[in-house]
Amino acid sequence: MNFSEDQIYRYSRHIILNEVGGEGQKKFLESKILVVGAGGLGSPVLTYLAAAGIGTLGIVDSDVVDLSNLQRQIIHFTPDVDLSKVESAKNKIEQINPDVKVNTYNIRLTSQNIVEIIKDYDFIIDGTDNFPTKFLVNDACVMIGKPYSHAGILRFNGQTFTYTPGNMCYRCIFKEPPPKGVIPTCSEAGILGAVAGVIGTIQAVEALKYILNKGKLLTNKLLTFDALTTQFREIKLKKNENCAVCGKNPSITELHDYEQPVCEIKEQ
Amino acid sequence: MKLTINGNLETIDHEKITVTELLKLKNVEVPQMVSVELNGEIIDQSEYEKIQIKDSDAIEFLYFMGGGSFGI
Repeated sequence: MNFSEDQIYRYSRHIILNEVGGEGQKKFLESKILVVGAGGLGSPVLTYLAAAGIGTLGIVDSDVVDLSNLQRQIIHFTPDVDLSKVESAKNKIEQINPDVKVNTYNIRLTSQNIVEIIKDYDFIIDGTDNFPTKFLVNDACVMIGKPYSHAGILRFNGQTFTYTPGNMCYRCIFKEPPPKGVIPTCSEAGILGAVAGVIGTIQAVEALKYILNKGKLLTNKLLTFDALTTQFREIKLKKNENCAVCGKNPSITELHDYEQPVCEIKEQ
Repeated sequence: MKLTINGNLETIDHEKITVTELLKLKNVEVPQMVSVELNGEIIDQSEYEKIQIKDSDAIEFLYFMGGGSFGI
């Protein structure tokens, strides 16, 4: 592909970077990234990836925009309330950068549909808010060898790591979703909106680095962020040879749908 | 004994302590929401009551985090 004059100017601050250059920008425009969840994490991810000129962005979300989302889900605006999140996000992406092709999936990922959806993308972003989908994304990515970025946020904290085949996966750290009975009630939750921005932006950076094949990814480590003390910590972890999905003798060889506690269904 | 807990050096007023006891001591209210890494190895939840923590061990409590729009 050749750049148009507008493209050279639009992406000039990328192109002048030694690590990106025209070649790296071309890689961005030819790459396909899937973002699961157009919420608190997905909003900054989609915004930056669209601005960066990722050629194809897929968005998976089955929810509509709610007024209470707008405190952190910055890709959705007040007039978007009641619109599907995928449509709302698509509208913004097209305004940010018409170079980007957007594929929308207004569905909930299940063990039956996930592989078909993720298989054509180069990199997956987990921006979901619930454990069943986080485990499903992990297991599917491990099984078909797809790199992805994991993230979780809560109150003033966030965490993220990047999976690439052969390295530590989510199940190496967390064996199973927490039992339903121990998950605190909805009223105990909460998130400082900007924390989603910090963590989601790191996920976008990881995806761009992966596409460029430059620098070091957050593999085999968990990056944690505490907004109250402004502390980042990198916890070194390693692949668990006994991991149920990526270990030597995996006991999980088929995808499984975990049950969603009631308030997760309402909120996702 | 001296332990490194989540990167911080702490002195614990115990000669020996199990993982379960340490979780209680550190006010981890819902142990099922935490994965424990001891000296670089993730340990099985079923072992928490058996595993004794020794002087100068390094422990990380890794918390389950979702998306912030509901309880943990």
